[in-house]
Amino acid sequence: METYMLETFYFYLLALVAVVSGYLVVTCKSPINNAVALMMTFVCLANFYVMLQAPFMAAIQIMVYAGAILMLIIFVIMLLNMDSLKGQKVSHSASWAAGLAALVFIQVYFVLNRSEPTGLTGGITNQVVATVGHTQLIAKSLFTDFLLPFEIASILLLVAIVGAVVLAKKNV
Amino acid sequence: MITVHHYLVLGAILFSLGTFGVLTRKNAIVIFMCIELMLNAVNLTFISLSHYLGNMDGQIFVLFIMAVAAAEAAVGLALMIAFFRNRESISVDDFNLLKW
Repeated sequence: METYMLETFYFYLLALVAVVSGYLVVTCKSPINNAVALMMTFVCLANFYVMLQAPFMAAIQIMVYAGAILMLIIFVIMLLNMDSLKGQKVSHSASWAAGLAALVFIQVYFVLNRSEPTGLTGGITNQVVATVGHTQLIAKSLFTDFLLPFEIASILLLVAIVGAVVLAKKNV
Repeated sequence: MITVHHYLVLGAILFSLGTFGVLTRKNAIVIFMCIELMLNAVNLTFISLSHYLGNMDGQIFVLFIMAVAAAEAAVGLALMIAFFRNRESISVDDFNLLKW
């Protein structure tokens, strides 16, 4: 009982931080503040992945999102001169966008919260994750069932590298 | 006791926050960050359902989403740099080359 209470408290604390920093991502005036708030959200989500018995995904979340993607975004923010955007932070359609976002939330809320996940549960219990190891389970699935998508992802990354180099050349 | 619905509702909140940001902001890089926020909300939903259903497939999907997001970041930011070099602006109001 004690551990459940502590887990619940920790969940709500992290959820509060994640939602507040998500709100800051949307509303902050300066792009660099948005980037820092986004990093906070990524770290909170990594904590949730640990709570969901997925430590490998938490490590990947920190390394790929907070380490690689966000650093790229911050580099670009610092390369570009953002002063040209002063005075036009938000478009005129804020109320329409708020209504649309609220509609999306209500739809997703009802679909997700009022539904019950199927009673079919697979063999990956907490016990299995603890004994076999999460990384090994991921690797086994990735290199057997999902081998073709894995190869395709490597081609996608190669194309993205070539595309980024071509786009960033001088005379584009 | 934390149920799967807690995680799903949190994912819904983050997703709709990202939607709001994409629809209201004008800075292309901020819009890009809001899209990353939406992708992360989906990742959270995938991993929580994967955990509660005892199935590994959702986490593999998250791995692929991350690979696609990394490719998207590289190409998208290169596009923004090329656009800024030509137009001296990063506001989506100036992204009107395909408008007719």
